[in-house]
Amino acid sequence: MSMIEIRNVTKRYGTATVVDNVSMNVEKGEITVIVGTSGSGKSTLMRMINRLVPITEGQIFVGGQNVIDVEVTELRRKIGYAIQGHGLFPHRTVAQNIATVPQLLDWDSARIAKRVEELLGLFNLDPATFADKYPHQLSGGQQQRVGVARALAAEPELLLMDEPFGALDPVIRGKAQDDLLAIQKQFGTTIILVTHDMDEAFHLGNQIAVMSQGRLLQCSTPEKILTEPADPFVQQLTGTSDRALKLMSLLPLKESMAPAKSGLAYALPQSLSLRDALAEMIWQGVDEAAVENGEKAAVGSISMSRLLELGRKA
Amino acid sequence: MEETLAVRKLDRLGVVLVAGGIAATALLPFIYVKANRIAAGKPMLLTQLLPQPSVLILLVLLIATALATLFLRNAFIRLALGTLCLAGLIAAIGLTATAATPPSSTVARMTPGGSFWVLFGVIGLIISDALVKIRLTPWMRVAALVAYAALLGICLSSGLLDSLSILREFSTRSAQFWTEAYSHLLLAFGSLAIAIVLGLPLGILCFWVPKLRAIVLQTLSLIQTIPSLALFGILMLPLGYLATHVPLAADIGIRGIGTAPALIALVLYSLLPIVANTVVGLEGVDPSVRDAAAGMGLTRRQILTGIDLPLAFPVILTGIRIVLVQAIGMVTIAALIGGGGFGIFIFQGLGQTAMDLVLLGAVPTVFFAFSSAVILDAVIDSIRGSAA
Repeated sequence: MSMIEIRNVTKRYGTATVVDNVSMNVEKGEITVIVGTSGSGKSTLMRMINRLVPITEGQIFVGGQNVIDVEVTELRRKIGYAIQGHGLFPHRTVAQNIATVPQLLDWDSARIAKRVEELLGLFNLDPATFADKYPHQLSGGQQQRVGVARALAAEPELLLMDEPFGALDPVIRGKAQDDLLAIQKQFGTTIILVTHDMDEAFHLGNQIAVMSQGRLLQCSTPEKILTEPADPFVQQLTGTSDRALKLMSLLPLKESMAPAKSGLAYALPQSLSLRDALAEMIWQGVDEAAVENGEKAAVGSISMSRLLELGRKA
Repeated sequence: MEETLAVRKLDRLGVVLVAGGIAATALLPFIYVKANRIAAGKPMLLTQLLPQPSVLILLVLLIATALATLFLRNAFIRLALGTLCLAGLIAAIGLTATAATPPSSTVARMTPGGSFWVLFGVIGLIISDALVKIRLTPWMRVAALVAYAALLGICLSSGLLDSLSILREFSTRSAQFWTEAYSHLLLAFGSLAIAIVLGLPLGILCFWVPKLRAIVLQTLSLIQTIPSLALFGILMLPLGYLATHVPLAADIGIRGIGTAPALIALVLYSLLPIVANTVVGLEGVDPSVRDAAAGMGLTRRQILTGIDLPLAFPVILTGIRIVLVQAIGMVTIAALIGGGGFGIFIFQGLGQTAMDLVLLGAVPTVFFAFSSAVILDAVIDSIRGSAA
């Protein structure tokens, strides 16, 4: 059973249809990224899941339960929610902000304190330094991390994120995305993330849903979005100039390497994507390289010609 | 080099203040000596009082303060000299009044003249300018207010000023003075409390229902434009009707004149600043904060009491400050319809052309309004300082 089932959902404001008959499923533990231009209805679709926007037609099921049947505050307290510009409460400290939902759920204070400390540590914010600071005393990147920590405070199975990295500069954004991936792996949280940034979608998503003018154009794996775009708009959104490299960035080196060979002077870590391996080999000027695991032991090899072949249109 | 520049560069505000002080001292009388309350007084310039030691000391202090104001940058020295000078001024007016009063006369009146008031104002400005430059924390400002009020209290209780006309008027009506002070403050704070109880929910409602906002705010603005005296008059008719036709209304003290119309008018005037500032304060809350709160599952009431109101509080408090200062001043007019308060003395004094009696009503009113402004400003600043 899917974690989330969206069945023929429509949202109308008066005569304007903002979300038009959308159906999609989200599996447990996956990251689904909804992409689209502004006004495509992507945020509205997400906000209908925790009923911040009332559903006009159709049903949404979370964990098999129709969201309409759950008391609205109870529903929202079970679902993490992080937004652009963090939305932190300016008159409460970092610790108080993170404790918001656990307090609503009447956790005892020792459990709340422990959870706050754990989350601050997880997001590389020293509890002794940051717990008692106010949001305005933090940098943009720190505020964003506190925002995500707050969304995860009550250990939700589902996390909704509305352009959570939109206000960050590119360097910090890349770091924040990697942190999110690491934390998602650790907790196994199901994430639905809304963005207009296609690169972010490819970087984070197990599944990408492309929306335009209220309609869901395609919802599939990043590879399929690249290789089998269902609509000219999807193709336009992904761009055609560097799709070979985009595709290669989705493929891990570990799964494409040839058996190990001896006598190779240069070695690459197996955690790289094909794109990074290619870039590294161009830079180093080698035609063939060994692939090694975390313990620096050779587990395979990769040649330039094999890489070029893998990047070719299937 | 820098030091000589600093000395040469005169303080601009200081030049204006010192020039004003010198002109007033030279041209305006320091004290009027009157045979009785309504007689035309004999004006005395400060220089005409010179042989008296207190006046000599005052002149020395005035010159020192003037030089410090013009040439010294150190705010602490200016503050100390200014405070000393203020004490000297008060002592001088008290002692010259005592000296000019014929022995055993109870009808003679010694009224401070123009140069006393101008010097009082100028020194007050020098002191407050120094206090601003020292950058006191909000609560230090309240402490300074308390210190200067205590200084005044000591001067009053020591009997130093007992020969002054305003205190002669006070001594003959001290019981009534305290009754009127009580009813003055009761009316001001009572109307404020009622206005908060009514205005805060109305403001929240106006914020939630934009259609209501325009109607309510325009109605309240319209009320503000009615002159206070006219509003008292308008209220007298329906309240008088109510009092004569509904026995219960008369039983709880509602009459066409007196406290009831005064209180209602003050509440009506107080509503606009409170409602408008509540709406503005709530509008100033970042919508993303409210969105995040709703998305995390706070109820509507939790968002209001936990997020919206605390964040809007400094702005709402600014409205309350406006209302309190406005109400303390406006209560004086309530005396005309029997509402009581310091206005009683003002209107009695105006009726009898006895300016000393007018001062007995006006000076405490100004003192209370000024003190509440300083205290509420300190509260607002300290909240802003901790949250900003």
